[in-house]
Amino acid sequence: MLAMNYRGPYRVRASHKQEPEIEHPNDAIVRVTRSCICGSDLHLYHGLVPDTRIGSTFGHEFTGVVERVGPSVQNLKVGDKVLVPFNIFCGSCFFCKRELFSNCHNTNPEATAVGAIFGYSHTAGGYDGGQAEYVRVPMADIGPTVLPEGLDEDDAVMLTDAFPTGYQAAEMGGIREGDTVVVFGAGPVGLFAAKSAWLLGAGRVIVVDHVEYRLDFARTFAQCETLDFKTVGDMAMQLKKMTDGLGPDVCIDCVGAEAAGSFAQTLTGVKLKLQGGAATVLHWAINSVRKGGVVSIVGVYGPTFSAVPMGNAVNKGLTLRMNQASVKRHLPRLIEHIQLGHIRPRDVISHRIPLAEVAEGYHLFSSKLDSCTKVVLLPSAR
Amino acid sequence: MTSPAPRTPSRDDIPGWGTDLDPANRPAVPKERIPARLPGLHWDEPEPQPPSVEVLLSTERFGKMTPLFGSTVPPSGISGMLRRAAFRFSENDLRHWLILLASDRTNMVEGVVDDLVHGHVPNLVDEMGLRSAWKHDRERTARKLAVAAGALAFVAVLAASRRKRGR
Repeated sequence: MLAMNYRGPYRVRASHKQEPEIEHPNDAIVRVTRSCICGSDLHLYHGLVPDTRIGSTFGHEFTGVVERVGPSVQNLKVGDKVLVPFNIFCGSCFFCKRELFSNCHNTNPEATAVGAIFGYSHTAGGYDGGQAEYVRVPMADIGPTVLPEGLDEDDAVMLTDAFPTGYQAAEMGGIREGDTVVVFGAGPVGLFAAKSAWLLGAGRVIVVDHVEYRLDFARTFAQCETLDFKTVGDMAMQLKKMTDGLGPDVCIDCVGAEAAGSFAQTLTGVKLKLQGGAATVLHWAINSVRKGGVVSIVGVYGPTFSAVPMGNAVNKGLTLRMNQASVKRHLPRLIEHIQLGHIRPRDVISHRIPLAEVAEGYHLFSSKLDSCTKVVLLPSAR
Repeated sequence: MTSPAPRTPSRDDIPGWGTDLDPANRPAVPKERIPARLPGLHWDEPEPQPPSVEVLLSTERFGKMTPLFGSTVPPSGISGMLRRAAFRFSENDLRHWLILLASDRTNMVEGVVDDLVHGHVPNLVDEMGLRSAWKHDRERTARKLAVAAGALAFVAVLAASRRKRGR
């Protein structure tokens, strides 16, 4: 089969690979019909995630058709169209029993801090991802969701990670009616966080980024205000000026380890890898949010440490909330939002390209060329 | 600086505004929810996956393999030796992560060697997606290529002059 093949930082190709096998009685083999490149795939692509092995296939946002099922699978049948959440989880460990599916303790032998994720290095379990024609899907009875009648597949693929992650980011902000919410990052997750903030009752939503076309898109997609940080001298001062001197109620980090905006953070966190990525947005969020406010983090950081102003967080009495999204628990509500016309997730897709051109897709997305916001790979396209 | 868009759009203009204001409508509230809503579940513990390849185990697993694991790209070569060394340290120990990063860079060189051994010369233009760079960002790409060519030429001239002096 054709699959994305990681060859080292900034180098990927589509090449032939052996098709996956049923390895566990509750596995399914899914023929991939759509697979996205996620912003967090770029951390792998840039060589920032430890234990990313040459020959790995990335891809944790995909939809497809069930081709084969293992002997213990009861809830899926061959031919079912499914969307597959990016988390691989067992459903029965201490954490899954509490619906913390992203923190599953039974599916990732290589690490305990992170649950298992499709195609996201051996630090996240060593599973191949969905940027391929076929993919092994473990725990098939509880992970995949059969597409409801009428759900557009482009909307469905956004439900595997980007939309639930953005929604959970907003939800972890504990938004109350009329709150001012600042979202750092106008990528797909930031856009969904901004849109979700309105669903949760925000009174004002401000999206911060420095890429002009993304800010333009944020204004129309999420009906929000925007702030270009390149034009701002001091982020905390600016946000306080915009919020009667107190600061926003909620700040949301949808950027993570490769944030621009601070030379020192980029040098130490990205170039020299002396910390788990550039902590620029964490710094801005903690110092900007109002006292007693909430900082919600879904941006991905490395496993070592991050230089953040923890003293300020303590003195301001902040609540810090963070996690990978537990996609499965959000799906019923988010599907309702789509069906009620509150949101059209597919609007964030800017590029649909054949899997064979995966390297071009990564470069476009990584370098933000051609107004790229989201790339969907189509394995069947030639 | 800030957008010229209206400061606060009318709530009526935002589809679905406030529909999840009530915590009862928020799917991840409370954070820990017991019992979990997972109707397809039909096991108390997942059956263990039969071992098939070498899988490195975090020391924080205390020797107990997880029932499920990924079986792709088992450790091999020098990078594999480094990875095994890294897994002697816990996730709490910086050495674990630094050795893994070193093993990743080693693995990259092994990948190039493996390609060449199999008669495949990596096509860097294709693998780095540089056609899209040329198509959509020609000026910057040309500048980068010129700098790279200049640097290469400089190194070549330097090496040639050293060789001459050596004679």
